[in-house]
Amino acid sequence: MSLTKVVKHPWQIGSLLIVAIMLAPILALMLTALESSEGIFAQLADTVLVTYISNSLLMLFGVCALSLLIGLPLAWLVAMCQFPGKRFFSWALVLPLAMPAYIVAYIYSDFFDYAGPVQIWLRDIFGWQHADEYWFFDIRSIPGACVVLALVLYPYVYLFLRSAFSQNNLGQIQASRLLGDSPWQSFWRISVPQTRGIIVASLALVGMETLADFATMHYFAINTMTTAVYDTWLGYYSLPAAAKLSILMLAMIFLLLAIEKRQRINKQNYAHNDNFNTREMYHLTGWRAGLATGFATLVIFAGFILPMLVLCGFIVDYHDQVWNQDFITYGSKSLIIALLAATCCVFIAMVINFGLRQSQQNTSLNQHWTQQFPGQFASMGYALPGTVLAIGVIIPMTSIELWSNEILEQWFGWQPGLFLTGTTFAIIFAYVVRFCAIPIGSVQESMHKISPHLDQASRSMGRGFTSTAFRIHVPLLKRILLTSGLLVFIESMKELPAALLLRPFGFETLATYVYQYVSDEQLEQASLAALSIVILGLVPLLIVNRMSQQSVRHAKSTNNERASPTNDVAAQ
Amino acid sequence: MKKIILTVTLLASTFGAFAEQVNIYSYRQPFLIEPILEKFTEKTGIKTNIVFAKSGLVERLQREGKFSPADIVLTSNFASLLQLEDAGLTQKIQSDEINQNIPAQFRDDNWVALTKRARAIYSAKTLGDKSDINYEDLASEDYNGQICTRSGKHPYNLGLVSSMIAHHGEAKTLAWLTGVKDNLARRPQGNDRAQVKAIKEGLCTISLGNSYYLGKMLTDENQKVWADAVNINFPNQNNRGTHVNVSGVVLTKYSKNQQSALALIEFLTQDTAQSMYASVNYEYPVKEGVELSDLVASWGEFKVDGIAIREAAKYRSDALRLLDQVKFDL
Repeated sequence: MSLTKVVKHPWQIGSLLIVAIMLAPILALMLTALESSEGIFAQLADTVLVTYISNSLLMLFGVCALSLLIGLPLAWLVAMCQFPGKRFFSWALVLPLAMPAYIVAYIYSDFFDYAGPVQIWLRDIFGWQHADEYWFFDIRSIPGACVVLALVLYPYVYLFLRSAFSQNNLGQIQASRLLGDSPWQSFWRISVPQTRGIIVASLALVGMETLADFATMHYFAINTMTTAVYDTWLGYYSLPAAAKLSILMLAMIFLLLAIEKRQRINKQNYAHNDNFNTREMYHLTGWRAGLATGFATLVIFAGFILPMLVLCGFIVDYHDQVWNQDFITYGSKSLIIALLAATCCVFIAMVINFGLRQSQQNTSLNQHWTQQFPGQFASMGYALPGTVLAIGVIIPMTSIELWSNEILEQWFGWQPGLFLTGTTFAIIFAYVVRFCAIPIGSVQESMHKISPHLDQASRSMGRGFTSTAFRIHVPLLKRILLTSGLLVFIESMKELPAALLLRPFGFETLATYVYQYVSDEQLEQASLAALSIVILGLVPLLIVNRMSQQSVRHAKSTNNERASPTNDVAAQ
Repeated sequence: MKKIILTVTLLASTFGAFAEQVNIYSYRQPFLIEPILEKFTEKTGIKTNIVFAKSGLVERLQREGKFSPADIVLTSNFASLLQLEDAGLTQKIQSDEINQNIPAQFRDDNWVALTKRARAIYSAKTLGDKSDINYEDLASEDYNGQICTRSGKHPYNLGLVSSMIAHHGEAKTLAWLTGVKDNLARRPQGNDRAQVKAIKEGLCTISLGNSYYLGKMLTDENQKVWADAVNINFPNQNNRGTHVNVSGVVLTKYSKNQQSALALIEFLTQDTAQSMYASVNYEYPVKEGVELSDLVASWGEFKVDGIAIREAAKYRSDALRLLDQVKFDL
């Protein structure tokens, strides 16, 4: 089958165009990677590269495994069980998402360090004099970093899986129970396989975030592939070598995702009408209830309450230095930029997924590579370290700027100057490239569940694809579009490296303001600004949470009324 | 939607419309230099704008080419000064006043150093007088398990290792690095301040750190106890002198506000700014005869390693390679 035959539908063409624009930074890095890097690689390979790679892999698997270990049971407990405090936990468990990882990392590494308050306190109590006299875990280690990162990233797994479990096909679970499965067995045999796609989608976000992270690893003094990227670039001044390493990392991630996708092909599971769990399946009592409540409490305490307490402690200690009269300006700039980025991301996710849908409908081929690739490629930016992505954004943009200045000068004698990189456009673009993966992935998962029969029905009534998309798909996807948009919003509020490097003069966000102190290891001085980031992120987060719960209730109630079979799709 | 983007874009781009201003790309945290810049604006009426980042400003400047809005770049170490010069992003700084203010060792055609930051050795007070310590001693078995430091690849440590190569050659430096690594009490982590904190808590007795951190700690109520646990020592006083790094400034090749930019650079080399660097940031002024703050003066005078800045910087990538070779940070 030739390419032209597959790529002929307007939405698909639109999505390809978007991907082309979104890929520009990555292509620019690829071109840079082709330049010579003068033996730096050989040097690295001879000395530290193996350790860097194995550290990266350990972090990747460690954080993913821990996020799953925390997020999956909690999601299942909240969706399927009744236990003390469940109503509170169901929303409180998403709170850590509002904490920027670099702030939690700073707080934890400082708090549990040998010279930190916890160990000092222990030494005071027990009269120990030296590190040799007692054992205490080393917070600045791979396990330490894994735990801390998992504590801020698990909410992705939790949030996505909670609604997925709520929509688990209850009939199948009941059937498996009737056939003699224990609750555990039915969990493994029914619930987990049904949500596999969502588990992978959420873990992909967690994994990419982990690989791209630099600030957190830096506090924990862990050298990973990202360290190597920075070393080669800032140490050896070789951007080509740094670009090579970044591309290598991207290729690894792309490969992992492709393998997973391949395994999942043709296992699509369109949601069907039947029984949603209108009530909790299990009522936990005794030690089981205690365990559930205890686990959830521990996670919230470690992921949110403790860091918040430390931040508030800093604010009290340094109360005369933390206020800055420009906070409101910084905050409103953060808000506007994040809002614009979120809107663009949602729009792009719609175009790309409609393109995919349209191509799938119109071809007999269900899985042609050209269909999948817009979504996959457009999601790649998430795995790039922020500063590297920023450089990737600068390269093509400045080329366009120089070129258009030349042309406009020739034709009109007018030079607009840096109309892209000299403005906030560059930051918004970088955010979109970086965070688009969130709505693209989650919309795709939801889209899968909209039965093609609906499209066929709509078409048989004379509606074209676009009309079907707006009358059927958009209403069904409304919640997921809003939810994922808000997640992008929260991430953009916290984002740092790209904003730092790409901002025009006179542009400061809360995150960039905090960073000038954090980079000098004086978070104390910026603790109030850091707290503001968290609080500004809490509002949309609680809306996300509410919506994802409402959608489940909505699905349940409509289901009870035997209404349209597809209302359920809107969730997650 | 489009309207919003347009408005934001316009707002951002019209920002460059003020008559007298200097646009600064800065590798130094704005809160460190703002008091000095405010003085400058007060005196001259020229406004200053800062974009601060820890990395990538050179690349940004390079890509922006002749359209770059930046007039000057402030750096926190000499390697960045030379990188900017070598990349052809600078222009000659021509000013008799600057030539008078700054000793020749600390300026070149294309850059001017503004402050000196000595790479000091902090020692626990319990060790007694260590004022005769040398960098070379850090590899001695006497300090087994006693040394704390930040990452070897941090520009300040990299500068020190480069200067070791310049003085002793690669083979000896490699042996020295191996010795220092063996003496480390823990994997390199944290910043210079965190090492002093570790001394206070008894994890180690010796640490490498820039001199100004001591001033910062002494003036922070919560951190004073850390600083009180250590003595500051300026190494190699009986021989070549203490390694100093410099913070500095360049004038960008395509500066649009050259006059104002030059005025700012000149101001930064004058007594007012130079003494503020000492009183606000506890750094050493480059201009001779500038009065030190009492605190900085109390650390005493010291002999500075006279090796030319460019000479030491030559060995930067060799230093990196050696650090990787001994797996200093791992």
